[in-house]
Amino acid sequence: MPTKKSSSTNSFKKKRSKVKWSNLYTFSCFRPPPQLNPSEFGQPGFTRVVFCNDSVKHKTKPYKYYGNNVTTTKYNVITFLPKSLFEQFRRVANLYFLLVAVLSVTSLAPFTPLSLIAPLVFVVGISMLKEGVEDWHRFVQDLEVNSRIVKVHIGNGVFVDRTWKLLRVGDVVKVNKNEYFPGDLLLLSSSYEDGVCYVETMNLDGETNLKIKRCLECTLGFDEDLKFDKFKGVVRCEDPNSSLYTFVGNLELNDDDEDQLDSSYPLSPSQFLLRDSKLQNTDYVYGVVIFTGSDTKVVRNSMKSPSKRSRIERKMDQVIYVLFFMLLLISLIASVGSVQYTDQDQTAKQWWYLELMKEKIDVSFDPNKPLASGFYQFLRALILYGYLIPISLYVSIEVVKFLQAMLINNDRHLFDEMSGKSVEARTSNLNEELGQVEMILTDKTGTLTCNQMEFRKCSIEGISYGGDANEIVRAASQRMNIDIESYRFNLDGDDSTPRDSVEMVEISSDQVNESRNRILDGEYDMKNVGGTGIKGFNFRDKRLMNKMWVHGSNVWDMMMFFRVMALCHTGIPVENEEQLGSHKLKYEAESPEEVTFLIAAQEFGFQFCRRTQSSVFVKEIDPSASEVEREYKLLNLLEFSSSRKRMSVIVRDEYGQIFLLCKGADNIIFDRLGDGGRTYQHATTMHLANYAEDGLRTMVFAYKKIEDFEYEEWNSSFSKAKATIGPERDELLENVSENIEKDLVLLGAVAVDDKLQDGVAECIDKLAQAGLKIWLLTGDKKETAVNIGFACSLLRHDMHLFHLSLSRDAESKNQIKAMKDDILNQIEASYQVITNEKTKDDPFAVVVDGKALEIALSNDIRDEFLQLAVNCASVICCRVSPKQKALITRLVKRYTGKMTLAIGDGANDVGMIQEADIGIGISGMEGMQAVMASDFSMPQFRFLERLLIVHGHWCYKRISKMILYFVYKNIVFGLTLFYYEIYSRFSGDVLYDGWYMVMFNLFLTSLPVISLGVLEQDVSSDVCLQFPALYQQGQKGIFFSWKRIIGWMGNGILTSLVISILNVYILSPSAFREGGQVVDIAHLGVITYTTIVWTVNCQIALIITHFTWIQHIFIWGSIFSWYIFLLFYGALPPAYSNREYKLLVEAVGPAPMCWIVVLLVVVISLLPYFIYMVIQRTFYPMDDHIIQEMKYGRKVVVDDEMWLREKQSSRKPTHIGFSARVDAKILYLKDQLHKKRMFIIKSITNSPIRRSITINTLENRD
Amino acid sequence: MDEALRTKPSSRKPKYSRFTQQELPAWKPILTPKWFITSFVTIAILFTPAGLLCLWASEHVVEIVDRYDDDCLPDSYATNPETFIQSKNTNKTCVRTLKIPRKMTAPIFIYYQLDNFYQNHRRYVKSRSEKQLRDPDDEDETDDCKPIENLNGNEGGPIVPCGLVAWSLFNDTYKFFKGNKVIDIDKKNIAWESDKKYKFGSEVYPKNFQKEGLIGGGQLDESKPLSEQENLIVWMKTAALPTFRKLYGRINTDLEANETITIVIQNNYNTYEFGGEKKVALSTANWIGGKNDFFGISFLAIGGVCFFVAITFILLYVFKPRPPGDPTYLSWNRNQPAQ
Repeated sequence: MPTKKSSSTNSFKKKRSKVKWSNLYTFSCFRPPPQLNPSEFGQPGFTRVVFCNDSVKHKTKPYKYYGNNVTTTKYNVITFLPKSLFEQFRRVANLYFLLVAVLSVTSLAPFTPLSLIAPLVFVVGISMLKEGVEDWHRFVQDLEVNSRIVKVHIGNGVFVDRTWKLLRVGDVVKVNKNEYFPGDLLLLSSSYEDGVCYVETMNLDGETNLKIKRCLECTLGFDEDLKFDKFKGVVRCEDPNSSLYTFVGNLELNDDDEDQLDSSYPLSPSQFLLRDSKLQNTDYVYGVVIFTGSDTKVVRNSMKSPSKRSRIERKMDQVIYVLFFMLLLISLIASVGSVQYTDQDQTAKQWWYLELMKEKIDVSFDPNKPLASGFYQFLRALILYGYLIPISLYVSIEVVKFLQAMLINNDRHLFDEMSGKSVEARTSNLNEELGQVEMILTDKTGTLTCNQMEFRKCSIEGISYGGDANEIVRAASQRMNIDIESYRFNLDGDDSTPRDSVEMVEISSDQVNESRNRILDGEYDMKNVGGTGIKGFNFRDKRLMNKMWVHGSNVWDMMMFFRVMALCHTGIPVENEEQLGSHKLKYEAESPEEVTFLIAAQEFGFQFCRRTQSSVFVKEIDPSASEVEREYKLLNLLEFSSSRKRMSVIVRDEYGQIFLLCKGADNIIFDRLGDGGRTYQHATTMHLANYAEDGLRTMVFAYKKIEDFEYEEWNSSFSKAKATIGPERDELLENVSENIEKDLVLLGAVAVDDKLQDGVAECIDKLAQAGLKIWLLTGDKKETAVNIGFACSLLRHDMHLFHLSLSRDAESKNQIKAMKDDILNQIEASYQVITNEKTKDDPFAVVVDGKALEIALSNDIRDEFLQLAVNCASVICCRVSPKQKALITRLVKRYTGKMTLAIGDGANDVGMIQEADIGIGISGMEGMQAVMASDFSMPQFRFLERLLIVHGHWCYKRISKMILYFVYKNIVFGLTLFYYEIYSRFSGDVLYDGWYMVMFNLFLTSLPVISLGVLEQDVSSDVCLQFPALYQQGQKGIFFSWKRIIGWMGNGILTSLVISILNVYILSPSAFREGGQVVDIAHLGVITYTTIVWTVNCQIALIITHFTWIQHIFIWGSIFSWYIFLLFYGALPPAYSNREYKLLVEAVGPAPMCWIVVLLVVVISLLPYFIYMVIQRTFYPMDDHIIQEMKYGRKVVVDDEMWLREKQSSRKPTHIGFSARVDAKILYLKDQLHKKRMFIIKSITNSPIRRSITINTLENRD
Repeated sequence: MDEALRTKPSSRKPKYSRFTQQELPAWKPILTPKWFITSFVTIAILFTPAGLLCLWASEHVVEIVDRYDDDCLPDSYATNPETFIQSKNTNKTCVRTLKIPRKMTAPIFIYYQLDNFYQNHRRYVKSRSEKQLRDPDDEDETDDCKPIENLNGNEGGPIVPCGLVAWSLFNDTYKFFKGNKVIDIDKKNIAWESDKKYKFGSEVYPKNFQKEGLIGGGQLDESKPLSEQENLIVWMKTAALPTFRKLYGRINTDLEANETITIVIQNNYNTYEFGGEKKVALSTANWIGGKNDFFGISFLAIGGVCFFVAITFILLYVFKPRPPGDPTYLSWNRNQPAQ
C-alpha cells in the first residue's frame, strides 16, 4: 500500500522537527478544556451523535445527516428556464412588455409584432444568459471542490482515496500536509507525538498565521493507519451552527478490550478542525468527520449570493411606475374619449361617413357595446403609447453598461504590472453604483496590507535607530516651506513688523529645508535597502549594521536587547532551501512579528540557530567581535495571551546566570519596571509615540537577572499552579507569573511595520477627500488593527479615540444582560463626548473588538451603536467573524441607507462582499472565493481610488443623464402620438408610419444616447483625481433626484406640446407649397417626425459636454440618416412604401416651409431648457461647472504653483487621511513657530538696547 | 527567464488606444456668459427678419373664404337639414357672390374646406384598398374596405374603388362667373404626380360604385380610369386634421381687385348631420404656401423673447457677475467662510 509507506518514510524524515515543535509546548500552559455537564447532551441544541469510524450507522435515521456535497448554484438544468424566466418577469416593466408583445400578435396592434417582440426577447435573453453563465461558473467551482480527494478509512486499517462529496459523518480521514480539511473534523492524532497540528485559517478569518490544534490525550495513540481497525467512539456534540470559534462536545471512547463506552472526554475548539482550513507544518492528521456539507461551520457562514441591482435602476423602476401611471391615464382618456364619440346611436348615425351602424366589423367602434369597445381601445392605447415606457431603454442600458465595463477592464491605469492583472468588472450591473458609494468596509490583511511584517526601527538605551522618515512631517514641512515663503513675502510688504522676526522665520525655514533634506536622504537610504534587502527586514542604520554596535557605549544592554529578540519567542528555524550556501536561516513562528524579530536578530549578529528539548542555541557576536555559539537552557516560558500582553522566557546561560527576558506592550512593561530599570524610560516613551504615530507596531523589551534561590522559590509555586485543575488555575498562573515579571530593566523598544500595499495611504487619503467613510473590519487583533489604522491615516493622535470592549468583569460573569449594560454604558458615554464636543474640530474614532461588537449588534442596542459609529470619522472593528462582517454591512446599509462598498481578499470576506451594495475582491492573492463572489475584482487596493473617483463618477453621471434623456425623448415622442389622438376623435389612428416608430428608438436616437452613456465626461480623469470632492455629487445623488426626473418629464411634456401645436397650426389648413397643395396625414406625420428627430438630437447635444468625433458622428449622423431613410423608403415601390412613397422628393423636400418649420420648432422646444441651463450656470453653478471653468475656462491658471493653490482652495476638508494629518501637523507647527516668534519678539522689545532705540526715534520725531 | 517573466504579464496589459483610455481629443464647450449671450443675440438677429419675411410673404397671399353650408340651406329645411340633403328632389343650387379684395394673380387655387370632418378616423382611414386602386387584377382585394367592400353582401362583386374613403367622396360642385362670363376652372393636375402615376391605376375603372341603397357621396365616371379622376385622388389623400382644405381646381386667369365673382354651388354633400361646416376658399400661393400669419408671428415672438432674455442676462451679468471658476462657489466651500 503506497499510502502507508510514504507516510512512514515521511515521518521518519521529519522526526527532527517534530521534537522541536512539540517540546516547546511542554513549557507552556495549555488551558484544559471546559468541563461540560454531561446532562446537557441530548438536550435541544446538543442532539448530534456521531459514531466514529462507523459511518454505516449514519445511513439510516435518526442519525442520517447531510452529505458532504456542497452546491452554491441557483439553478439546475431543469429549473433554469422556469426559475430564471420567473426572475425576469418579476420586473414590472418586463411583464408589461410581455403583455404588449402578446397583444401585438392580435389585430389590435398599430404596428408590426416583430418590433415589439424582438427587443423583449433580446432584453430577457441577455439577462438570462448572464444568469446562466454566472451559475455555470459556480457549478464548475462546486464540482472542483466536491471532487477533491481525501483518504478515508474503510476498515481493517485501510485508507483509500475518496472524493469529498462521498464523505459521511463518522468517517475517519487522513489529511496530509497542505491539504484542506474536507469537513469539520475532530482531531484524533497527528504526525507529532504530542498530537498537535498547525492549521491555516485564511479562508475563515483571513489570518495567515498558524493556529495550533491539539488532540485529546486519549486519542493520541491512534497515529498509524493500522490502529484504526479497532478505533470506536461516540461523539455527542452541539448541533450545526455558524460560530467559528466555539465547539462543545463529548467523546466517549471504547476502552481497549471492553465493549462498553465508559470513559467520556470533553471536547473543545482546540480539537476541532474546520472545513476549508489548511493543514500546515504537520505531515498528516487523523480525524473523524463531525459535520459535513451544509452543516459545516464555514458553509453556515456563507450566504447565498444575492442578485444585486443598482440604486439608479431601482429608482428607474419607480420612474417607470410614474410613466406607467401616465400611460394608463392617457390610455384611459383615449378609451373613454373614443367610447364617448361612438356610444350613442345618435352620434353613430350622425357620423354617416364612418358607417358605424352598418356592420359589426370592428368591436373597437361598436356603439352598441361601449364597454367592450372601450376595453379594446384601452388595450390598443396601451400598445400605442408604449413608447412612454421604452423597452429600448433597457436594451440601451445593457449595451452601455457592457461598454462601460469594457472601458473599465481596459483602463491601463487599472493594470497592475506586478501581478499582470487588471481591474475587472465582473458584473456590469453596478457600474454607476461606483459613483455613489458613501461607506467603504474594508478587510485588513491582504487588502490594505500585503500580509508581510517588516522590522523597521528600534530604540535601544534611549537612542532611536533606523531611518526616521515620517511622511507626515516631511509633507508638512514641504508645505510649510511654501507657506512660509509666502508669509515672508507678506511680512516684507508690511513695515510695521520688526525686522528681527523676519530673520527668525528665515532661520526656521532653513531648518525645515535642512530637515527635509535629511529626511529625503534617509528615504534614499531606505530605498536602497528595500531593493537589496531581506524579506521582513527594512532597516538601515550604520550604527547597528555590520556589527558596528560593538563600538557603542553600553554594549551589555545592547547585547541583552538582541538576546531578548533571539530568545524570547516560540519560533523554530527552518532550512533555507533557496540559499543553501548562505548561513542565514529562515524562521517559522506563531506570529509574524516573532519571525521578523528573529530575522532582525540574525541581521544584528544574534542568530538563533537551534532549539532542542530544553535549550536554545544562539550564535552571538561577542564584544570582541568574534562569533560564538551559546546555549541557553530554557527554564520556563510564560506565554503570550491577550490579557497578559507580554511574554517571558526564563533562561540560564552558560555561566549559570538566570535571566528573565520579557517582551510586551509598552504600558504593561513600564508598570513592571524596577527602580533601577527606568533609565531610558523617558526617551523610549518619546520614540514609542513617534513609532505609533507612523503606524508601526511596537513592542518593549526588558530583562531581569534572577538569583538562583529566588528562581527556585518561584518555580515551585509556578509548578504547583500549573498542576492545579479547575477554574482558578488561570488566575493562579497569572498571579505567579506576575510575581516574577517585576522589577524589570528596560532595554528598549522595537517597531515593526505591517507593510501596507502600494499606494494604500494615498488612496485612502483621496477617498477621504471624496467624502467616503472607511470602516476597517478585520479578524485580527485589536493592536494590529489600530496600528494599521495609524499607518493608513484612518487614525491619528489628535483624534478622540473610543474603545468599546467588554470589561473583564462583565465578561467573567458571562451574562448577556450585564454585558449589554456594560457596552451600552460605554456607547452612551462616548456619544455624550461627541455631542458635547461637536463644535470642536477634533475628529472621533471608535475601535470595537469582536465580543463587544457581538453585543453591540444585538437587537436592542444596535441603533445606539450605529449612531455612535456613524458619527465617528473612522471605525475599526477587530476580531470580527465572517458572519459579523456581513452583519455589520447589512446593518450599516439598512440603518444609514447609505451605499456601501465592501472590499476584501479572502473567503472570510465573502459574506461582506455579497452583502454590500458593491463587493470588490482582491484578485492578487491565491484564494479566489472573494473574487468569485465579487462584483468587481482588482489586484490592489489602490485601484479603488481610480475606480471610484474616475470611473464611478463618470458612470454615475453617464447613466443618470442617459436615463433622464431617455425618459425625455420617449415622452416627447409618445405624447405627440397622444395629442394627435385628440384631433382624430381618439379613434386610435397613428400619425406616423409603422417604420418610423420602429426607427425612432432603433436607429435615429439610439447611438447618440449610447455615446452619452459611454463617453460622456464632465471633467477628464486627472481633474477627477485632483478634485476628489467632486465625487460627492454622486453620493448626494443629485443627478438622478426626483427633482431632476420630474424636471425632465416636464421638459418632455413641454417639448411635445410645442412640437404638436406648432406643427398643427403652421401646417393647416392652408397650403404649404407654392403649388397650392395642402398637407395630408403622411405630410403632417413626416414633418412632425422630422422636427422630433431634430429636437431630441439637438437636445442631447446640449446635454453632452464632451464632444469627440464619435458624438459628432452619432448626433449629426442620426439626423442625416433620417433623411437617408426617407429617401430610401420613398424610393421603394408604392406597394411597400404606401403613403410615404416619394414623400421627401416630391412633397416635403421642395417646400421651403418644411425646412424652416424645423428651425423654428427646434429653437422653440430647446429654448426653455437652454434658459434653465444658463440660469443654473450663471447663478447656481454646480461643482463640476466650477471645476470645468477652473480647468478649461481660466487662462490665468498656467503655472503649477498657481494651479496648486487653486487646488488647495478647492479641496474639501476631511478628518481622516494623509492630507488631514498633514494639515493638522502644519497647524501644530505653525502654532509652535508662532509661540517661538512671540517669545523672541518679547525678548527683543524688552531688551534695553531696543528700548533705547525706540526712545531715540521718538525723541527725534519730536 | 527573468526577461520572460517580465514580458509575460505586460502582454496582458490593455492595449493603448485613445478610445479605450477615454482620451480621445474632445471639444468641451463651457457655457460662459459670452457664449450664451451671443447665442441669444444670434437667435434674435436671425429670427426677427425671418419672421418679417414670412409675414411679408403671407401678406402677399390673397385668400377669400366663404362658408356656405348654412346659407345654402333653405329656411324651410332649417330644422331638418338631413331631409333636404338626402332627398333627390330638392333644389340644391345655391349662389354666392364674393368680392375680390386685392388683385389675385394666377394661378388662383380653389379649395373646399370641411370643418369637423374626421378623415383621420381610424376606421375611416383604414377603409381602403391600395392594391385594388393600383391594379385591375386586384379588384377582389377588398378585405380592408369594410364595410363598403362588395355589392349586396358578396353577390354583386367587388366595389371599385371600395371602402369608406372613396364612398364618401365630396360631391359639391362649384361654377365661377365673372358677371355672366364663366371663369374656367382647371381641374387637371390638382393631385400629386406620384398618386396619379403609381397609386391609382390607369387600367382601373370604377365598378359597382355607389350602387347600393345608401349613397355616401359623389359618383364616378365609369368610363374614366381612376388615375384620371383627380377629384377622387385628392379626396382619398386623407387629411390629417378635422379641419381641412382640399384642392378643387385652379383658375388660370388673374382676378382684379374689387371685382365681384359669383359662385354657383351644387350643395350636395351632407355635413349637416354631424354639424360640420363647408367653405369654399380662393387663394393664391407663393413660396410659403397659402396664407399663414402664425408662422411669421412665431418667429417674431421667439426673436423678441431671445432679445429680451439677452438684455436681461447682460444686465444681470453687469450687476451681479460671478467670476468664472471661483473655488468659493464650490459646494463644500460655500457654507464656511473663505480662509
